[in-house]
Amino acid sequence: MSALNIKKGSSSHSAYDLRATNSEIEETHTLAVIVENEPGVLARVIGLFSGRGYNIDSLTVAEVDHTGHRSRITIVTRGTPAVIDQIEAQLSRMVPVHEVHDLTMEGPSVQRELALLKVAGTGAARVEALQLAEIFRANVVDSTLESFVFEMTGTPDKIDAFAELMRPLGLLEIARTGVAGLKRGV
Amino acid sequence: MSKQMTGAKMVIQALKDQGVEVVFGYPGGAVLPIYDELFLQNDIRHILVRHEQGAVHMAEGYARSTGKPGVALVTSGPGATNAVTGLTDALMDSIPIVVLTGQVPTFMIGTDGFQEADTVGITRPCTKMNWLVKDTAKLSETIHQAFHVATHGRPGPVLIDIPKDVQFATSDYVPVEKAKVAHYQPRTEGDPAQIARLVEMMETAERPIFYTGGGVINSGPRASQLLRELANETGFPVTSTLMGLGAYPASGRNWVGMLGMHGLYEANLAMHGCDLMINIGARFDDRITGRVKDFSPRSKKAHIDIDPSSINKVIRVDVPIVGDVTKVLEEVLRQWRARGSRTDKAALAKWWKQIDEWRAVKCLSYKPSTTTIKPQYALERLEALTKGMDRYICTEVGQHQMWAAQFLGFEDPNRWMTSGGLGTMGYGLPASIGVQIAHPKALVINVAGEASWLMNMQEMGTAMQFRAPVKQFILNNERLGMVRQWQELLHGERYSSSWSESLPDFVKLAEAFGCKGIQCKDPKDLDDAIMEMIRYDGPVIFDCLVEKHENCFPMIPSGKPHNEMLLGEADTQGVIGAKGAVLV
Repeated sequence: MSALNIKKGSSSHSAYDLRATNSEIEETHTLAVIVENEPGVLARVIGLFSGRGYNIDSLTVAEVDHTGHRSRITIVTRGTPAVIDQIEAQLSRMVPVHEVHDLTMEGPSVQRELALLKVAGTGAARVEALQLAEIFRANVVDSTLESFVFEMTGTPDKIDAFAELMRPLGLLEIARTGVAGLKRGV
Repeated sequence: MSKQMTGAKMVIQALKDQGVEVVFGYPGGAVLPIYDELFLQNDIRHILVRHEQGAVHMAEGYARSTGKPGVALVTSGPGATNAVTGLTDALMDSIPIVVLTGQVPTFMIGTDGFQEADTVGITRPCTKMNWLVKDTAKLSETIHQAFHVATHGRPGPVLIDIPKDVQFATSDYVPVEKAKVAHYQPRTEGDPAQIARLVEMMETAERPIFYTGGGVINSGPRASQLLRELANETGFPVTSTLMGLGAYPASGRNWVGMLGMHGLYEANLAMHGCDLMINIGARFDDRITGRVKDFSPRSKKAHIDIDPSSINKVIRVDVPIVGDVTKVLEEVLRQWRARGSRTDKAALAKWWKQIDEWRAVKCLSYKPSTTTIKPQYALERLEALTKGMDRYICTEVGQHQMWAAQFLGFEDPNRWMTSGGLGTMGYGLPASIGVQIAHPKALVINVAGEASWLMNMQEMGTAMQFRAPVKQFILNNERLGMVRQWQELLHGERYSSSWSESLPDFVKLAEAFGCKGIQCKDPKDLDDAIMEMIRYDGPVIFDCLVEKHENCFPMIPSGKPHNEMLLGEADTQGVIGAKGAVLV
């Protein structure tokens, strides 16, 4: 296969076009998908992404309307504009999907992620970690003599930056929720 | 006023209320309560198949030839997994079917019980929607919703998985009119502004073409009627995909034949050279487009489709119209007529002259023979001898399927049942039985290859038991013809496993099933043999021994655009490069 130089996952347009001739730049989009909260609906949405070769950078889901049984799935995905359009169309036509919003396209939005970071260390490194946490407005939610667990909320970039700083200071583990987002204004 | 009943009885009641007359199925432990209820009534006929795949293809054949949803009933585990190919086939070809599966009782789910399979998990990617019903109170409403989903928007297969304890338990029956279906209401009206843009383009187009697909058939007979009016009034040429044959009549003045990989030269060149392409209910499948980069490079494209995800999926279009073909065509006709029914007649005359020049190539010509039956000849004779009859044609998949599409003429929609998207060998025989059950008096012919036909030949038992006089017209070349053709063209004539060895004697096989077997190998005997097949009152297995090494032309080789078609053997040397070889 390598002799033919076929790029993995580049076949989204046609079987006759296996090499990615489409040089359009990939964009990152955040989609909010309102679904019927019924068994299998998340599997259906995820199956669409894996089955058609789309990317998922992050995904969060929870029921947001307990009486109406509606869940909100927030998906961060990557693709060329044509692929993003196709993802939206494919999501929209699913039977249990009520609404699809492209938060990236529908004007300004607020996007936040929660992360928990466990940092172990003593002496100067420990003090340094605590000071940096203060700058990033991360809270200490657990503390031992050798470790902290920091809780922080922010954009994925902010969490990435904080995690990078913590790495040399003894970052052991990180747990992230994935992005939740809402459109600004009404 | 609600009625209490068991889940099993609810299934039967819901099917009755949905107007179901026939169920294709196979019993097993997890559907016994439903089979018990079937036994106790006479409104719904049950057709006992020989394999669950057959049941689903029969339901497809029934649905495609009637326009009504087909229904299949199978048991849990292997019953459900055997239905998967049929479900995928129906999904790819947008065929409305409802499949009911039994499941182990709810308290056993997840314990790896006997004949347990994660049916909703397995069938999620191959259904439009599926449900596991864990509460009898929700069963009847779910069945009504399933019928609604299968038949609204882009049609497709749905599946309802019913645990055995849910079939035994009792609850209130929810009648059709009380079932909640409101949240799934796909848009059917096209945007009038986009339609207006299309109409303006139609008025000035110099080289227009209608490219029609299965969506016209799925939209109902009215859509075909509107297409005919539109084509005849505008004078635009019409081509169709494999799925759309019959929407516009083959005898129609504007018909230029099927397009695509094995489509007609004139149809493909007209697609390549047009300046306005009007896609009605087709989906720019890779069999149609060839190399996407060079697909119809100089045309403006309009696309009418009920599924928004079909639009701009493969080919970017200039005028997207999301809606039901019938409603959109009504609006197109209304607007175009209201503006004076204008077209560029001089340009159209020139366009037709060009198309006639392409026609003069006679791309379907083949070398005739007086000693062996050419498959093309067999189909020409079948066409000549059955033309004008109340005829339905099914096919299996392969060369014979393409020849059938090329050489048989379809005058009406719902008369042609073939596995287009999935390309399922073994589809045709069961589909033909489904068609025959729906149309007991009609002539139902399955044009088959011997290899495809063997894949579901057990269903001859079903045809015999239920007196479905289906005619199995097998073009027997003792080869997997299409595989062989590709091996010849792009694998250096290394015929790896592409011949049918140890074939049964089809005449004896017919006798074993209790039906009629006919073998024909001499072109001189062919007409009489075909007439004998038609006249026989019962199922026939017709073993037509044809030329073994005939290739199917015209052909657009892999990775090539429409204007680089192969017309015959002389064109084939070294045409498919390494890049084309990876494609299917």
